[in-house]
Amino acid sequence: MKNCEEYLAPVINKIPPSGIRKFFDLVMNAEGVISLGVGEPDFVTPWHIREACTEALAQGYTMYTSNQGLPELRQEIAAYLKKSLDLKYCPEKEILVTVGASEAVDLAMRSLIAPGDEVLIPEPCYVSYKPCAYLAGGEPVSIQTSAVNKFKLTSGLLEKHLTSRSKILVLSYPNNPTGAVMRRKELEEIARVVIENDLIVISDEIYGELTYNGSHVSIASLPQMQSRTILINGLSKAYAMTGWRIGYIAAAPAFVSAMVKIHQYTMLCAPVMSQMAALEAFRNGKDDVKQMRGQYDQRRRLVVTRLREMGLDCFEPEGAFYVFPSIKKTGLSSQEFTEELLKKEKVAVVSGEVFGRGGEGHIRCSYAASVTNLTEALQRMENFVRNLSRGLNCRGLKEKAR
Amino acid sequence: MQETKRKELLKVLEREGNIPAKDIAVMLNLEVEEVRSEIAKLEKEKIIIKHTTLIDWEKAGEEIVSALIDVKVTPQRDVGFDEVAEKIYHFPEVKAVFLVSGGYDLSVLIEGKSLKEAALFVAEKLATIENVQSTMSHFILKRYKEAGVILNKFEEDHRQVIIP
Ligand SMILES: Cc1ncc(COP(=O)(O)O)c(C=O)c1O
Repeated sequence: MKNCEEYLAPVINKIPPSGIRKFFDLVMNAEGVISLGVGEPDFVTPWHIREACTEALAQGYTMYTSNQGLPELRQEIAAYLKKSLDLKYCPEKEILVTVGASEAVDLAMRSLIAPGDEVLIPEPCYVSYKPCAYLAGGEPVSIQTSAVNKFKLTSGLLEKHLTSRSKILVLSYPNNPTGAVMRRKELEEIARVVIENDLIVISDEIYGELTYNGSHVSIASLPQMQSRTILINGLSKAYAMTGWRIGYIAAAPAFVSAMVKIHQYTMLCAPVMSQMAALEAFRNGKDDVKQMRGQYDQRRRLVVTRLREMGLDCFEPEGAFYVFPSIKKTGLSSQEFTEELLKKEKVAVVSGEVFGRGGEGHIRCSYAASVTNLTEALQRMENFVRNLSRGLNCRGLKEKAR
Repeated sequence: MQETKRKELLKVLEREGNIPAKDIAVMLNLEVEEVRSEIAKLEKEKIIIKHTTLIDWEKAGEEIVSALIDVKVTPQRDVGFDEVAEKIYHFPEVKAVFLVSGGYDLSVLIEGKSLKEAALFVAEKLATIENVQSTMSHFILKRYKEAGVILNKFEEDHRQVIIP
C-alpha cells in the first residue's frame, strides 16, 4: 500500500489545516487563562427549551422526521421570517431544517456550484465558506473588506472582483469576526450589482438577532432579491443553542428541492429532539433573545471603550458578539500578539488572519463572556499593551543610539 | 433619569454586584456622574436596600439549622398583623417574615445553631407572643435555590476554549 495521503481526494489538499489548532493547544496547556476566543454564547440554553427536549424524549420522540424537518417547525420558521423580516416563505416548499447553519452553507454551495464557478467571499469572515466552496468544486474568490469601510462590502469592491465565472456571492452580516453589519442602503447597492450580474446570494444571517442600534435587514427583503437569495439562519447564536445543531434555509422552491435531494441522502433529517426544542424556542423564547441581546449590547460598549482607552484602534461593531480591534500600532503580527498575550497575561483572543488575509493586523475578541471575566481580561490586555509600548519605545531608543 | 434607564441600572447592579460606576456608565451609555448620583439617590430612597453577598454558609463549614414556621394569629380589634409581625421580626434569629394568604397568617424563616436552639426559640419566644394562636415548624432539609440563584448545581462553562 502507498502512503495513505496518496489515496486522498485532491480537493482535500486545497483546504488548509485549521488556523487555530496550534493556538488551541497552547491555550489548553496553560492555566488560569481567560478566553475571549469563544465563538458561541456564554449563556446556556434557556431552561424551558431544554425542558421541551427532555419532555419530547420522555414522550418517545426518538425517530426520524420528514427530510425537510417537522412541519410545525417549518411553520414557525416561516412565521418568524414574516414577522421579523417581512418575508413570505411557504413552509412546505421553501423551508428546510438543517443540522446547523453549517450544513446549510454546504448544501447551498453543493446545489449551486458547477466545476470552476466562482464564489465571491468578502473577508474577514467565518471560516467555513471557502472550504465548502472548494469541496463543491467551486473557486472561492476572496474580497478584502477593511476597517476603512467598517468591514462592509461595497458595490465598488464587489464589481472589481467580478468575472464571467462569478456565480455566487456570500454575504455574512452581522459578521464574524468583525461585528460589521450592512444596513438597508448598503445592501441596496450590493443588490443592484447582484441583479445586474445575475448572481445568487448565499446570505448567512445566523447573527441577525444580535444586531444593535437598529434591526437586522436581510438582502432577501429587497426588491427582486428573494428569489436570488438563499437565506441561512439558525438557533445557535440567538437562542444560545449551538450544541443542538439546528439551522434552516429559506429559498425558492427549486433551490430547496435541490438541497433536499442532497440533505435526504447525506443527513436524512435534523435530530428530532433538537427540532422539538427549536419549536419551543420559536414559540416561547422571544424574551430570552431580547434579554441576551441586551446583555451583549452592554458588554459590547464596555469592551469597545476599554480597547480604545488602551490605545487600540477599534471601529464600532454593530452586530454579533465580536470586537475586531487593530493591533498594528504594537508592531506585532496578529499571531505574535495573540501568542504573547497568552504567554504574558493569560488572555486568549483569536488572531485576525484566521478569518482571511485581510484580518492580519487585527484580533478577534468575543464578548460572549461574563462581565467579571471581560473586565479582568481587559485589564490584563491593558497591562500587556502598556508594557509592550514601553518595550517598543526602549527598542526604538536603542536603535536610535546605534 | 429615564424610567427605563433606571430599571436597566438596577438590573445591572443586581446581576453584576459591585462593579465600578465607570464600567456601568459605559455599559448603559450614561455619564459616570449620572450613574453615581442615581445610585446615591436609589440608596436614599431605599430602592437599593443593601449591597450584600450571597454566601453558602453550609459550604463555609457553618452549622446552621433553618426552619419555616407557619404562624396563626388570633384576630383582635386594635391589634393587626403588622404589630404581631413587628414583634416577631425584631428577633435576630428571624431572617424573613411574610404575611400570607391561606390556612395560616405569617410565614417566618428562622435560623439557629442547632435543632434544639431553633425549637426552643419557637417554643419560648415565638409561641409566647401575645395573639400568636399556634405555630407549625418545618425544618429545612436542603436548599435548592436562594435569592434567584440555584445552589450546588452551577452550570460550569463547558465550552471549548477557542472556537472560530
Ligand atoms: C457566521 C457563522 N455562520 C455559521 C456558523 C455555524 O453555525 P451553526 O452552529 O448553526 O452550524 C457560525 C458559528 O460560529 C458562524 O459564526
